[in-house]
Amino acid sequence: MTRTLEVLATGPLTTVQDLGRPGHAGSGVTRSGAADRAAARLANRLVGNPEGAACLEVTLGGLRVRADGDTEVAVTGARGPTRIGDRTVPDHAPFHLRPGEVLELGTPDAGLRTYLAVRGGIAVPPVLGSRATDQLGRLGPDVVAAGDRLPVGAPPTAWPPVDHAPVPAPTIGPVELRVRLGPRVDRFTDDAAEDLLRTTWRARADSNRVGLRLDGAHLARVDDGELPSEGLVRGAIQVPPGGPPTLFLADHPVTGGYPVIAVVLDADVDRAAQVRPGQHVRLRAAAASAGRWS
Amino acid sequence: MKVLPCGDAAVLVEFDGLDQVHAAYDQLREMAIEGVLDLVPAARTLLVTIDPRAADADELARRLEAVSLEPRGERGTADARVVEVPVTYDGADLDEVGRLTGLGRDGVVAAHTGQRWTVAFGGFAPGFAYLVGEDDRLRVPRRSEPRGQVPAGAVGLADDLSGIYPRPSPGGWQLIGRTDLQVWDPRRDPPTLLEPGTHVRFQAVR
Repeated sequence: MTRTLEVLATGPLTTVQDLGRPGHAGSGVTRSGAADRAAARLANRLVGNPEGAACLEVTLGGLRVRADGDTEVAVTGARGPTRIGDRTVPDHAPFHLRPGEVLELGTPDAGLRTYLAVRGGIAVPPVLGSRATDQLGRLGPDVVAAGDRLPVGAPPTAWPPVDHAPVPAPTIGPVELRVRLGPRVDRFTDDAAEDLLRTTWRARADSNRVGLRLDGAHLARVDDGELPSEGLVRGAIQVPPGGPPTLFLADHPVTGGYPVIAVVLDADVDRAAQVRPGQHVRLRAAAASAGRWS
Repeated sequence: MKVLPCGDAAVLVEFDGLDQVHAAYDQLREMAIEGVLDLVPAARTLLVTIDPRAADADELARRLEAVSLEPRGERGTADARVVEVPVTYDGADLDEVGRLTGLGRDGVVAAHTGQRWTVAFGGFAPGFAYLVGEDDRLRVPRRSEPRGQVPAGAVGLADDLSGIYPRPSPGGWQLIGRTDLQVWDPRRDPPTLLEPGTHVRFQAVR
Protein backbone atom coordinates (compact mmCIF):
# COMPACT_ATOMS: atom_id res chain seq x y z
CA MET A 1 0.00 0.00 0.00
CA THR A 2 1.27 3.45 -0.84
CA ARG A 3 1.75 5.51 2.26
CA THR A 4 0.37 9.03 2.17
CA LEU A 5 0.55 12.23 4.15
CA GLU A 6 -2.88 13.77 4.52
CA VAL A 7 -2.71 17.56 4.59
CA LEU A 8 -5.03 19.09 7.19
CA ALA A 9 -3.75 22.70 7.00
CA THR A 10 -0.95 24.47 5.12
CA GLY A 11 -0.31 27.87 6.68
CA PRO A 12 0.40 30.78 4.27
CA LEU A 13 2.22 28.70 1.64
CA THR A 14 3.42 25.11 1.46
CA THR A 15 4.96 23.66 -1.70
CA VAL A 16 6.67 20.44 -2.73
CA GLN A 17 10.35 21.11 -3.44
CA ASP A 18 13.49 19.20 -4.35
CA LEU A 19 16.71 20.54 -5.87
CA GLY A 20 15.01 21.76 -9.04
CA ARG A 21 15.33 21.18 -12.76
CA PRO A 22 18.69 22.33 -14.15
CA GLY A 23 19.52 21.97 -17.83
CA HIS A 24 16.41 23.53 -19.41
CA ALA A 25 17.22 27.25 -19.12
CA GLY A 26 17.66 27.45 -22.91
CA SER A 27 13.94 26.78 -23.26
CA GLY A 28 12.92 29.23 -20.55
CA VAL A 29 12.73 26.87 -17.58
CA THR A 30 14.26 28.16 -14.36
CA ARG A 31 16.02 25.93 -11.84
CA SER A 32 13.42 26.32 -9.05
CA GLY A 33 13.63 23.85 -6.13
CA ALA A 34 13.99 24.50 -2.41
CA ALA A 35 14.65 28.17 -1.61
CA ASP A 36 16.98 27.10 1.22
CA ARG A 37 18.76 24.19 -0.46
CA ALA A 38 21.07 23.49 2.47
CA ALA A 39 18.09 22.99 4.79
CA ALA A 40 16.28 20.74 2.30
CA ARG A 41 19.40 18.62 1.76
CA LEU A 42 19.90 18.27 5.48
CA ALA A 43 16.28 17.27 6.13
CA ASN A 44 16.64 14.52 3.54
CA ARG A 45 19.93 13.29 4.95
CA LEU A 46 18.39 13.04 8.41
CA VAL A 47 15.81 10.52 7.18
CA GLY A 48 18.24 8.63 4.94
CA ASN A 49 16.89 10.02 1.64
CA PRO A 50 19.03 11.11 -1.29
CA GLU A 51 19.64 14.88 -0.97
CA GLY A 52 17.45 15.58 -3.97
CA ALA A 53 14.32 13.82 -2.68
CA ALA A 54 11.17 15.92 -2.65
CA CYS A 55 10.14 17.43 0.68
CA LEU A 56 7.72 20.10 1.85
CA GLU A 57 8.74 23.76 2.02
CA VAL A 58 6.55 25.42 4.65
CA THR A 59 6.45 29.23 4.74
CA LEU A 60 5.86 30.71 8.21
CA GLY A 61 4.58 27.46 9.68
CA GLY A 62 0.95 26.41 9.95
CA LEU A 63 1.31 22.97 8.35
CA ARG A 64 -0.65 20.06 9.83
CA VAL A 65 -0.29 16.59 8.33
CA ARG A 66 -1.46 13.11 9.32
CA ALA A 67 0.41 9.97 8.35
CA ASP A 68 -1.47 6.78 7.45
CA GLY A 69 1.49 4.53 8.19
CA ASP A 70 4.71 4.42 10.20
CA THR A 71 6.96 7.17 8.92
CA GLU A 72 10.32 8.73 9.76
CA VAL A 73 10.34 12.50 9.34
CA ALA A 74 12.72 15.41 10.01
CA VAL A 75 12.27 19.17 10.21
CA THR A 76 14.98 21.73 9.30
CA GLY A 77 15.29 25.38 8.32
CA ALA A 78 13.26 28.00 10.18
CA ARG A 79 12.60 26.74 13.73
CA GLY A 80 9.33 26.92 15.53
CA PRO A 81 7.43 24.67 17.87
CA THR A 82 6.96 21.26 16.24
CA ARG A 83 4.37 19.02 17.89
CA ILE A 84 2.77 15.64 17.63
CA GLY A 85 -0.39 16.15 19.64
CA ASP A 86 0.76 17.68 22.96
CA ARG A 87 4.28 16.35 22.59
CA THR A 88 7.06 18.65 21.34
CA VAL A 89 9.47 16.98 18.95
CA PRO A 90 13.00 18.11 18.10
CA ASP A 91 14.06 19.87 14.94
CA HIS A 92 17.21 18.87 13.08
CA ALA A 93 16.81 15.26 14.18
CA PRO A 94 14.73 12.41 12.75
CA PHE A 95 11.64 11.26 14.63
CA HIS A 96 8.92 8.71 14.17
CA LEU A 97 5.35 9.45 13.16
CA ARG A 98 2.83 6.67 13.87
CA PRO A 99 -0.32 5.97 11.86
CA GLY A 100 -3.01 8.53 12.65
CA GLU A 101 -0.70 10.92 14.49
CA VAL A 102 -0.93 14.58 13.51
CA LEU A 103 2.29 16.55 13.08
CA GLU A 104 1.97 20.32 13.44
CA LEU A 105 4.53 23.00 12.57
CA GLY A 106 4.02 26.21 14.55
CA THR A 107 5.06 29.67 13.41
CA PRO A 108 8.85 29.92 13.51
CA ASP A 109 10.47 32.35 15.92
CA ALA A 110 13.06 33.28 13.31
CA GLY A 111 13.54 32.44 9.68
CA LEU A 112 10.88 32.01 7.02
CA ARG A 113 10.95 28.53 5.51
CA THR A 114 10.85 25.17 7.26
CA TYR A 115 11.53 21.88 5.48
CA LEU A 116 9.74 18.66 6.32
CA ALA A 117 11.35 15.56 4.84
CA VAL A 118 9.67 12.15 4.92
CA ARG A 119 11.64 8.95 4.59
CA GLY A 120 10.94 7.84 0.99
CA GLY A 121 10.28 11.40 -0.23
CA ILE A 122 7.08 13.02 -1.49
CA ALA A 123 6.31 10.94 -4.58
CA VAL A 124 4.17 13.24 -6.73
CA PRO A 125 4.86 12.80 -10.49
CA PRO A 126 8.00 14.64 -11.65
CA VAL A 127 7.94 17.24 -14.43
CA LEU A 128 11.18 17.55 -16.43
CA GLY A 129 12.92 15.40 -13.86
CA SER A 130 11.87 17.41 -10.81
CA ARG A 131 8.99 17.52 -8.31
CA ALA A 132 9.60 21.20 -7.50
CA THR A 133 6.76 23.72 -7.74
CA ASP A 134 7.98 26.63 -9.86
CA GLN A 135 5.63 29.46 -8.97
CA LEU A 136 6.85 31.84 -11.69
CA GLY A 137 6.96 29.31 -14.54
CA ARG A 138 3.93 27.39 -13.21
CA LEU A 139 5.62 24.02 -13.60
CA GLY A 140 5.51 21.03 -11.30
CA PRO A 141 2.89 20.13 -8.69
CA ASP A 142 0.21 22.56 -7.55
CA VAL A 143 0.73 24.46 -4.32
CA VAL A 144 -0.13 22.10 -1.44
CA ALA A 145 -3.72 22.52 -0.20
CA ALA A 146 -5.69 21.22 2.78
CA GLY A 147 -7.30 17.92 1.78
CA ASP A 148 -4.37 16.79 -0.39
CA ARG A 149 -3.11 13.26 0.12
CA LEU A 150 0.56 13.37 -0.77
CA PRO A 151 2.03 10.02 -1.80
CA VAL A 152 5.18 8.93 0.01
CA GLY A 153 7.79 6.97 -1.93
CA ALA A 154 9.33 3.62 -1.03
CA PRO A 155 11.85 4.01 1.77
CA PRO A 156 15.48 3.91 0.66
CA THR A 157 17.56 0.94 1.74
CA ALA A 158 20.12 3.22 3.40
CA TRP A 159 19.69 4.34 6.99
CA PRO A 160 20.48 7.90 8.06
CA PRO A 161 24.19 8.54 8.44
CA VAL A 162 23.47 11.16 11.15
CA ASP A 163 20.86 11.37 13.88
CA HIS A 164 21.31 14.99 14.87
CA ALA A 165 22.66 17.93 12.93
CA PRO A 166 23.68 21.05 14.83
CA VAL A 167 23.41 24.01 12.42
CA PRO A 168 23.16 27.70 13.26
CA ALA A 169 19.53 28.80 13.55
CA PRO A 170 18.24 31.67 11.42
CA THR A 171 18.15 34.93 13.41
CA ILE A 172 15.74 37.83 13.55
CA GLY A 173 18.64 40.31 13.56
CA PRO A 174 20.37 41.75 10.50
CA VAL A 175 21.52 39.08 8.06
CA GLU A 176 24.89 39.61 6.42
CA LEU A 177 25.34 38.24 2.91
CA ARG A 178 28.56 38.15 0.88
CA VAL A 179 28.42 39.50 -2.69
CA ARG A 180 30.67 39.82 -5.69
CA LEU A 181 30.20 42.99 -7.71
CA GLY A 182 29.29 42.54 -11.35
CA PRO A 183 28.42 41.61 -14.04
CA ARG A 184 26.92 45.08 -14.71
CA VAL A 185 28.35 47.18 -11.90
CA ASP A 186 29.79 49.44 -14.64
CA ARG A 187 26.24 50.55 -15.45
CA PHE A 188 26.06 52.21 -12.04
CA THR A 189 27.79 55.20 -10.45
CA ASP A 190 30.69 54.57 -8.04
CA ASP A 191 28.43 55.85 -5.29
CA ALA A 192 25.85 53.20 -6.13
CA ALA A 193 28.35 50.39 -5.59
CA GLU A 194 29.29 51.93 -2.23
CA ASP A 195 25.65 52.48 -1.30
CA LEU A 196 24.95 48.84 -2.04
CA LEU A 197 27.53 47.80 0.55
CA ARG A 198 26.91 50.44 3.24
CA THR A 199 23.10 50.50 3.26
CA THR A 200 21.10 48.53 5.78
CA TRP A 201 18.45 47.07 3.51
CA ARG A 202 15.00 46.02 4.62
CA ALA A 203 13.13 43.06 3.11
CA ARG A 204 9.81 44.10 1.63
CA ALA A 205 6.51 42.36 2.25
CA ASP A 206 6.11 41.61 -1.47
CA SER A 207 9.12 39.28 -1.43
CA ASN A 208 8.44 35.69 -2.51
CA ARG A 209 10.11 32.61 -3.99
CA VAL A 210 11.01 34.65 -7.08
CA GLY A 211 13.03 37.16 -5.13
CA LEU A 212 13.72 39.15 -2.02
CA ARG A 213 12.81 42.77 -2.69
CA LEU A 214 14.85 45.31 -0.78
CA ASP A 215 14.16 48.87 0.39
CA GLY A 216 17.01 51.12 1.49
CA ALA A 217 18.70 53.26 -1.12
CA HIS A 218 18.41 54.43 -4.70
CA LEU A 219 21.24 52.91 -6.74
CA ALA A 220 21.98 55.47 -9.46
CA ARG A 221 22.91 54.36 -12.93
CA VAL A 222 25.42 56.09 -15.19
CA ASP A 223 23.29 55.45 -18.24
CA ASP A 224 19.67 54.55 -18.75
CA GLY A 225 20.34 52.78 -22.02
CA GLU A 226 18.50 49.53 -22.49
CA LEU A 227 20.38 46.36 -21.75
CA PRO A 228 19.53 43.44 -24.03
CA SER A 229 17.99 40.67 -21.92
CA GLU A 230 20.60 38.35 -20.42
CA GLY A 231 20.70 35.25 -18.28
CA LEU A 232 20.08 35.59 -14.54
CA VAL A 233 21.35 33.48 -11.65
CA ARG A 234 19.95 32.77 -8.23
CA GLY A 235 21.51 35.43 -6.01
CA ALA A 236 21.66 38.13 -8.69
CA ILE A 237 20.75 41.61 -7.41
CA GLN A 238 18.86 43.25 -10.25
CA VAL A 239 18.06 46.96 -10.19
CA PRO A 240 15.04 48.10 -12.20
CA PRO A 241 14.78 51.86 -12.81
CA GLY A 242 12.70 53.42 -10.05
CA GLY A 243 11.94 50.06 -8.43
CA PRO A 244 13.47 48.29 -5.45
CA PRO A 245 16.49 46.05 -6.06
CA THR A 246 15.53 42.38 -6.21
CA LEU A 247 17.75 39.60 -4.89
CA PHE A 248 16.64 36.62 -6.96
CA LEU A 249 15.78 33.34 -5.27
CA ALA A 250 14.70 29.87 -6.48
CA ASP A 251 11.98 30.81 -9.01
CA HIS A 252 13.85 33.71 -10.62
CA PRO A 253 13.18 34.51 -14.29
CA VAL A 254 15.63 32.85 -16.69
CA THR A 255 16.52 36.16 -18.35
CA GLY A 256 16.06 39.82 -17.48
CA GLY A 257 16.68 43.20 -19.04
CA TYR A 258 17.70 45.27 -16.02
CA PRO A 259 21.34 45.45 -14.94
CA VAL A 260 22.65 43.17 -12.19
CA ILE A 261 24.95 45.17 -9.89
CA ALA A 262 26.20 42.25 -7.80
CA VAL A 263 25.61 38.57 -7.09
CA VAL A 264 25.28 36.98 -3.64
CA LEU A 265 27.58 33.99 -3.09
CA ASP A 266 25.75 30.74 -3.70
CA ALA A 267 26.03 29.45 -0.11
CA ASP A 268 24.62 32.72 1.24
CA VAL A 269 21.57 32.66 -1.04
CA ASP A 270 20.16 29.93 1.19
CA ARG A 271 20.35 32.31 4.15
CA ALA A 272 18.74 35.04 2.06
CA ALA A 273 15.80 32.65 1.59
CA GLN A 274 15.26 32.69 5.37
CA VAL A 275 14.94 36.49 5.58
CA ARG A 276 11.48 37.56 6.74
CA PRO A 277 9.60 40.63 5.53
CA GLY A 278 10.79 43.61 7.57
CA GLN A 279 14.10 41.98 8.50
CA HIS A 280 17.35 43.83 7.80
CA VAL A 281 19.99 42.72 5.33
CA ARG A 282 23.54 43.92 4.89
CA LEU A 283 25.70 43.11 1.90
CA ARG A 284 29.45 42.97 2.08
CA ALA A 285 32.10 42.31 -0.53
CA ALA A 286 33.24 38.69 -0.55
CA ALA A 287 36.67 38.17 0.98
CA ALA A 288 39.50 37.91 -1.48
CA SER A 289 40.03 34.40 -2.79
CA ALA A 290 42.48 33.14 -5.37
CA GLY A 291 40.05 34.65 -7.86
CA ARG A 292 41.00 37.66 -9.89
CA TRP A 293 37.67 39.42 -9.32
CA SER A 294 37.58 39.34 -5.60
CA MET B 1 34.35 38.10 -26.42
CA LYS B 2 34.41 39.31 -22.85
CA VAL B 3 34.02 37.25 -19.67
CA LEU B 4 32.17 39.06 -16.88
CA PRO B 5 32.00 38.03 -13.21
CA CYS B 6 28.63 36.75 -12.04
CA GLY B 7 29.04 35.53 -8.46
CA ASP B 8 30.65 32.20 -7.61
CA ALA B 9 28.12 29.99 -9.41
CA ALA B 10 28.28 31.41 -12.95
CA VAL B 11 30.18 33.48 -15.49
CA LEU B 12 28.59 35.71 -18.09
CA VAL B 13 30.23 35.73 -21.52
CA GLU B 14 29.46 38.72 -23.70
CA PHE B 15 29.64 38.67 -27.52
CA ASP B 16 29.06 41.08 -30.39
CA GLY B 17 25.96 39.32 -31.66
CA LEU B 18 23.61 36.38 -31.67
CA ASP B 19 25.57 34.26 -34.19
CA GLN B 20 28.53 34.22 -31.83
CA VAL B 21 26.28 33.40 -28.89
CA HIS B 22 24.86 30.40 -30.75
CA ALA B 23 28.30 29.23 -31.88
CA ALA B 24 29.55 29.34 -28.29
CA TYR B 25 26.36 27.65 -27.06
CA ASP B 26 26.87 24.76 -29.51
CA GLN B 27 30.55 24.49 -28.71
CA LEU B 28 30.07 24.45 -24.94
CA ARG B 29 27.32 21.85 -25.24
CA GLU B 30 29.74 19.64 -27.18
CA MET B 31 32.53 20.23 -24.67
CA ALA B 32 30.29 19.15 -21.77
CA ILE B 33 32.57 20.76 -19.17
CA GLU B 34 32.38 19.01 -15.82
CA GLY B 35 30.50 20.97 -13.20
CA VAL B 36 28.54 23.05 -15.74
CA LEU B 37 24.84 22.91 -14.88
CA ASP B 38 23.19 25.06 -17.48
CA LEU B 39 23.74 27.38 -20.44
CA VAL B 40 21.51 30.41 -20.89
CA PRO B 41 21.86 32.04 -24.29
CA ALA B 42 20.49 35.56 -24.75
CA ALA B 43 20.78 38.32 -27.36
CA ARG B 44 24.43 39.18 -26.69
CA THR B 45 25.45 36.92 -23.84
CA LEU B 46 25.79 33.35 -22.77
CA LEU B 47 25.43 32.61 -19.06
CA VAL B 48 27.28 29.52 -17.92
CA THR B 49 26.11 28.27 -14.52
CA ILE B 50 28.00 25.81 -12.36
CA ASP B 51 27.63 24.04 -9.05
CA PRO B 52 30.21 25.93 -6.96
CA ARG B 53 30.67 22.84 -4.80
CA ALA B 54 31.92 20.94 -7.86
CA ALA B 55 33.59 23.65 -9.96
CA ASP B 56 35.22 27.05 -9.57
CA ALA B 57 33.92 30.17 -11.34
CA ASP B 58 37.35 31.81 -11.69
CA GLU B 59 38.79 28.62 -13.12
CA LEU B 60 35.89 28.40 -15.57
CA ALA B 61 36.44 32.03 -16.62
CA ARG B 62 40.11 31.35 -17.34
CA ARG B 63 39.19 28.26 -19.29
CA LEU B 64 36.57 30.07 -21.37
CA GLU B 65 39.02 32.84 -22.19
CA ALA B 66 41.49 30.23 -23.43
CA VAL B 67 39.13 28.48 -25.84
CA SER B 68 38.07 30.15 -29.03
CA LEU B 69 34.31 30.62 -28.80
CA GLU B 70 34.03 32.51 -32.07
CA PRO B 71 31.87 31.15 -34.92
CA ARG B 72 33.69 28.63 -37.07
CA GLY B 73 32.45 30.00 -40.39
CA GLU B 74 28.81 29.89 -41.49
CA ARG B 75 26.80 27.59 -39.33
CA GLY B 76 26.04 24.51 -41.44
CA THR B 77 22.47 24.88 -42.67
CA ALA B 78 22.41 21.11 -43.12
CA ASP B 79 22.66 20.37 -39.41
CA ALA B 80 20.55 23.29 -38.21
CA ARG B 81 17.06 21.93 -37.66
CA VAL B 82 14.07 23.54 -39.39
CA VAL B 83 10.65 23.39 -37.76
CA GLU B 84 7.65 24.12 -39.98
CA VAL B 85 4.84 25.85 -38.14
CA PRO B 86 1.37 25.90 -39.76
CA VAL B 87 -0.45 29.12 -38.87
CA THR B 88 -4.03 30.27 -39.31
CA TYR B 89 -3.60 34.01 -39.81
CA ASP B 90 -6.69 35.39 -38.07
CA GLY B 91 -5.12 37.11 -35.05
CA ALA B 92 -6.94 39.90 -33.27
CA ASP B 93 -4.14 42.37 -34.07
CA LEU B 94 -3.59 41.39 -37.72
CA ASP B 95 -5.31 44.51 -39.09
CA GLU B 96 -3.42 46.72 -36.65
CA VAL B 97 -0.09 45.16 -37.62
CA GLY B 98 -1.01 45.62 -41.30
CA ARG B 99 -1.64 49.30 -40.61
CA LEU B 100 1.45 49.83 -38.43
CA THR B 101 3.79 48.23 -40.98
CA GLY B 102 1.98 49.58 -44.04
CA LEU B 103 1.89 46.05 -45.42
CA GLY B 104 -1.81 45.29 -45.01
CA ARG B 105 -3.15 41.91 -43.85
CA ASP B 106 -1.89 39.95 -46.86
CA GLY B 107 1.45 41.72 -46.78
CA VAL B 108 1.95 40.79 -43.12
CA VAL B 109 1.21 37.12 -43.86
CA ALA B 110 3.59 37.21 -46.83
CA ALA B 111 6.36 38.81 -44.75
CA HIS B 112 5.86 36.38 -41.88
CA THR B 113 5.84 33.24 -44.06
CA GLY B 114 8.43 34.56 -46.49
CA GLN B 115 11.42 34.73 -44.19
CA ARG B 116 13.41 32.27 -42.16
CA TRP B 117 13.15 32.78 -38.41
CA THR B 118 15.72 31.55 -35.91
CA VAL B 119 15.21 30.73 -32.24
CA ALA B 120 17.37 33.30 -30.45
CA PHE B 121 16.76 32.24 -26.86
CA GLY B 122 14.08 31.23 -24.38
CA GLY B 123 12.62 33.17 -21.49
CA PHE B 124 9.41 34.82 -20.28
CA ALA B 125 7.78 31.40 -19.71
CA PRO B 126 8.71 27.74 -20.08
CA GLY B 127 8.70 26.95 -23.79
CA PHE B 128 8.50 30.55 -25.00
CA ALA B 129 11.11 31.12 -27.72
CA TYR B 130 12.17 34.52 -29.03
CA LEU B 131 12.45 34.26 -32.83
CA VAL B 132 14.54 36.64 -34.95
CA GLY B 133 13.79 37.06 -38.64
CA GLU B 134 15.89 38.04 -41.63
CA ASP B 135 14.56 41.58 -42.01
CA ASP B 136 12.56 44.06 -39.93
CA ARG B 137 9.51 44.59 -42.13
CA LEU B 138 7.37 43.32 -39.26
CA ARG B 139 8.84 45.55 -36.55
CA VAL B 140 5.91 46.66 -34.34
CA PRO B 141 5.64 47.91 -30.77
CA ARG B 142 4.09 45.83 -28.04
CA ARG B 143 0.41 46.52 -27.36
CA SER B 144 0.01 49.51 -25.05
CA GLU B 145 -2.38 47.39 -22.98
CA PRO B 146 -1.25 43.79 -22.45
CA ARG B 147 -3.95 41.12 -22.66
CA GLY B 148 -4.82 39.31 -19.45
CA GLN B 149 -5.11 36.01 -21.25
CA VAL B 150 -3.50 34.98 -24.52
CA PRO B 151 -4.46 31.47 -25.70
CA ALA B 152 -1.93 28.68 -26.20
CA GLY B 153 -0.68 28.56 -29.78
CA ALA B 154 -1.15 32.29 -30.41
CA VAL B 155 1.49 33.65 -32.79
CA GLY B 156 2.63 37.18 -32.03
CA LEU B 157 5.02 39.99 -32.92
CA ALA B 158 6.86 42.52 -30.77
CA ASP B 159 9.80 44.75 -31.70
CA ASP B 160 11.52 42.78 -34.47
CA LEU B 161 10.72 39.41 -32.89
CA SER B 162 8.09 36.75 -33.34
CA GLY B 163 6.94 34.17 -30.82
CA ILE B 164 4.42 31.42 -30.10
CA TYR B 165 2.66 31.34 -26.73
CA PRO B 166 3.27 27.80 -25.45
CA ARG B 167 0.28 27.88 -23.09
CA PRO B 168 -2.36 30.37 -21.95
CA SER B 169 -0.77 33.37 -20.23
CA PRO B 170 -0.96 37.15 -20.01
CA GLY B 171 0.83 38.81 -22.93
CA GLY B 172 1.53 42.10 -24.64
CA TRP B 173 2.55 40.93 -28.09
CA GLN B 174 0.54 41.77 -31.23
CA LEU B 175 -1.34 38.61 -32.19
CA ILE B 176 -1.44 37.77 -35.89
CA GLY B 177 -2.47 34.11 -35.89
CA ARG B 178 -2.54 30.75 -34.16
CA THR B 179 -1.02 27.31 -34.60
CA ASP B 180 -2.12 23.84 -33.52
CA LEU B 181 1.50 22.69 -33.39
CA GLN B 182 2.43 21.97 -29.79
CA VAL B 183 5.85 23.60 -29.58
CA TRP B 184 6.17 22.81 -25.88
CA ASP B 185 5.25 19.71 -23.91
CA PRO B 186 7.00 19.04 -20.60
CA ARG B 187 6.25 15.30 -20.99
CA ARG B 188 8.37 15.23 -24.18
CA ASP B 189 12.16 14.89 -24.28
CA PRO B 190 13.34 17.43 -25.23
CA PRO B 191 10.23 19.34 -24.12
CA THR B 192 10.58 22.08 -26.73
CA LEU B 193 10.72 21.94 -30.51
CA LEU B 194 12.35 25.36 -30.46
CA GLU B 195 15.83 25.04 -28.98
CA PRO B 196 18.17 28.00 -29.46
CA GLY B 197 19.56 28.01 -33.00
CA THR B 198 16.61 26.09 -34.51
CA HIS B 199 15.17 27.62 -37.69
CA VAL B 200 11.44 28.18 -38.11
CA ARG B 201 9.33 28.51 -41.25
CA PHE B 202 5.74 29.67 -40.84
CA GLN B 203 3.20 28.34 -43.34
CA ALA B 204 -0.24 29.82 -43.92
CA VAL B 205 -3.12 27.39 -43.40
CA ARG B 206 -6.12 28.10 -45.59
